[in-house]
Amino acid sequence: MEVEYSGETMTLNMGPQHPSTHGVLRLELKTDGEIVAEAVPHIGYLHRCFEKHAENVDYAGVVPFTDRMDYCAAMNNELGYVLTVEKLLGIKVNNRVRCLRVIMAELNRIASHLIAAGTYGNDMGSFTPFLHCFRDRERILDLFEETCGARLLYNYNWVGGLMFDVKPGFEDRVIEFVDYFEPLIADLNRLLSHNYIFIKRTAGVGILPPEVAISYGVTGPNLRGSGVKFDVRKDDPYLGYEEFDFDIPIGKGEFGPIGSCYDRYMVRIWEVKECLKIIRQAVKMLTPGDVQESIPKRIKPPAADVYMRTECPRGEMGYYIVSDGGLKPYRVKVKSPCFTALSALPYMARGAMIADIIAIIGSIDIVLGEIDR
Amino acid sequence: MESIRQLLQMIPRFGELPQSFQIFCALLASCVVILVLALVCVLYLVWMERKVSAHMQDRLGPMYVGGWHGWAQTIADALKLLLKEDIIPAEADGLLYRVAPVLVFVAAFAATAVLPFGAQSIVTDLNIGVLYVVAITSLSVVGIIMAGWASNNKYALYGGMRGAAQIVSYEIPAAVAIMTVVILVGSLSMQDIVRAQLGGIHRWFLFRNPFTFGAFFVYFICSLAEVNRTPFDIPEAESELVAGYHTEYSGMRFAFFYLAEYVNMIVVAGVATTLFLGGWSQVLPARWGPQLIPGPVMFTAKVIALIFVQMWLRWALPRLRVDQLMYVCWKVMLPFAFVLLLGSGFLAVYWK
Repeated sequence: MEVEYSGETMTLNMGPQHPSTHGVLRLELKTDGEIVAEAVPHIGYLHRCFEKHAENVDYAGVVPFTDRMDYCAAMNNELGYVLTVEKLLGIKVNNRVRCLRVIMAELNRIASHLIAAGTYGNDMGSFTPFLHCFRDRERILDLFEETCGARLLYNYNWVGGLMFDVKPGFEDRVIEFVDYFEPLIADLNRLLSHNYIFIKRTAGVGILPPEVAISYGVTGPNLRGSGVKFDVRKDDPYLGYEEFDFDIPIGKGEFGPIGSCYDRYMVRIWEVKECLKIIRQAVKMLTPGDVQESIPKRIKPPAADVYMRTECPRGEMGYYIVSDGGLKPYRVKVKSPCFTALSALPYMARGAMIADIIAIIGSIDIVLGEIDR
Repeated sequence: MESIRQLLQMIPRFGELPQSFQIFCALLASCVVILVLALVCVLYLVWMERKVSAHMQDRLGPMYVGGWHGWAQTIADALKLLLKEDIIPAEADGLLYRVAPVLVFVAAFAATAVLPFGAQSIVTDLNIGVLYVVAITSLSVVGIIMAGWASNNKYALYGGMRGAAQIVSYEIPAAVAIMTVVILVGSLSMQDIVRAQLGGIHRWFLFRNPFTFGAFFVYFICSLAEVNRTPFDIPEAESELVAGYHTEYSGMRFAFFYLAEYVNMIVVAGVATTLFLGGWSQVLPARWGPQLIPGPVMFTAKVIALIFVQMWLRWALPRLRVDQLMYVCWKVMLPFAFVLLLGSGFLAVYWK
C-alpha cells in the first residue's frame, strides 16, 4: 500500500507492557497520526536461555524446558523434542504410545487455536468469544490434568514413551469432548467469524502474499492462510500421520485479497475441525500396550547430529540436536515458527493503522516464550 | 422541582421566606435528589453490566459481596476507589489533569436536569430542553481532550484525539435525528414532546411514522458513539490504547470518568426514551383500562430496557476501526438522517 506521509512522525512505544502484544513484545512504531509508517519489533524480554540450559542437563531433563517455550501448546513442543531424540537413538515406540501422542498433540492444538481465536476476538474489541473459547479449552485441560496432573506444562511425552498411561475411560471422555465441542465451532462462527464488523476489520488487512510468506520462511497456519498448502503432518509425516484422513485447510480470500488476517484466523478455525477428525480416528486406533516399554534406562546417543521437524499449532517447529556421545546434548537448537512469523510483521505493518497493527499481531498468533526461548 | 417545592412547604415557616430564596432552596434540593439518584443508578448499572456480561459469557459475575448475587459489589468497589492513592504523573499538566474528570462528570450529570422522569418529576422543564441536552453533552469532549492532553502520555493523547473526532462527528447525525421529532412536535421542551406522545404505544414516535422510526435507530447508534460504547469505543479501545484518555488516572479521578460514562448512558437512553418511546407515558391507551403504573416507573423501565440493549451490543460486537467509524458517520448516518429530516418536514407541513 502506498501512503503519503506528511513528514513528521511520532515514535510510539507499544509494549512490552501492553494489553495486546501477546506477552512481552515491544514494537517501536513510527506513526503519522493513526497511520503507522514503520513497525520495528524488539524481542528478548522473555529470554530464559533455553538452549544453553539444554546443554547442561541430560536428554530427559530437557523436556520440561521445551514445555516452557510455547506454553500454549506444551504437548506439541515436547513431542518435537522427544521425536528428535528418538530419531537420534533409533527408538521405535509401540502403537499405544503413538496414538496417545497424536491424541494429546491434537487436543493441545485445539486448545492452542482456541486461545488464538479467543484472544483475537479480544484484540478486535469483542470480549465474549474469548471467554467462550476459554470455557471449551478448560475441558481439554481437564483431560490433561487427569492424565498427567498438570494443566499447562505437562512433561508428559518422555523419550521412548509417556509419563503415565491414561486413566480408564479416557477414550470415552475424549469422544464426549469431541461431540460436545463440534457444534460449538458453529456458535463461535456466528458470534465472531461471520460478524460483519469483524470481517471489515480483518479482511484486507495485513496482506501477506504467498511468495512473500515463503521468502520470509513463514510456516503453519500463517503460511496456509496465504494459500500455500503445506503442512509437515502431510508433507513430511511423523508419528504415522499419513494413516489419518484429514484435510489441510488453506486461506480462500473470501472477503478480500488472499493472505489477510481473516484468512489466517479462519484457517485456525477450520484446522480445529480437522483436529477433531484426527482425534476420532486416533481413539479408534488405540490398542492396549505398555506406554513405558521402550523408555531407555540411560540415554547415551552416538556422536551425531539430527534435525527433525513437527507441525506445532503455530507452525513448523524444528529441533537440531548435536550429540558428542555423552549424556548431555552438545547443542540443542530450535527453529521457531513464531520467530519467522514475527519477522514478516514489519512487511505487513507498513502503511497500516494502529488498530490494524493489533489485528496483525493477533492474527500471526505469536507466543513470545517461544521466540525468545 | 415543583413537587419538591411543595414538599419544602411542609417545613414550618418556609413559605414566609423570600420567593427567590424558596426557588433556590427547591432547586438545590432537587439537584441533591437527582445526584443521589444518579449515583445509586450508576452503582446498579455497573452491577447490571457485570451480570449481563457474565451471563452472556457463561459466567456468574459477582456473587459474594453483600450476599444476594453480589449486590454490594460495586459499593465495595467504589469505596476501594475512594481509598486508593491519587497519582498525578510528574510530567502531567497538574491543573488540567485535575479539572478534566470533573468537567466530564459535570457535563454528563448536568444533562439529567431536563430528563422528564414523570409529569411532575423534572428538575426544570426548560423550553429549550432538547437543545440544552445536545449542548451540554458535547461539553464532555472538552474534558476528554483535556484529560488526554494533560496526562502527557501518547496513548492518552491518541484516546483524546479519537474521542474528540468521534463525539463531535456523531453529534451531527444525532442532532439531525432529534430534529425529525422536534419538527413534528413543534417544541423543544422535553415535557411537550412527551405530551405529544400520550395515549398509548401507537402514539410513540417510534411507531408514529417511518421517518421517526428510522430516526430512532440513527439516534440510538449515534448515542452509542457519543457515550463511547462498543462498537464505537475507540477512544478507550482497551486492546489498542490501553485505556485511552484515562490511562494515567487512578482512584477517585478514574471513578469520575467511570461514573460519567454510566451517567451518560442514562442520559442518552433517557433522551431516546423521551423522544421516541413516549417518555413517562403509558404503554396502553387509557380506554383499555386503568393506568396503574406511575410515570417515573414507566420512564425508568424504558430507560433500563434501552441500557440493556446498549450492554448487549457492547458484549456481542467487535470494535470498529477509526476510519470505518468516520465512514459510518459521514457517509451513512448523516445522509440517512437528512433524508429522514426531509421526510419528517414534509409530513409536518402537508399531513397536519
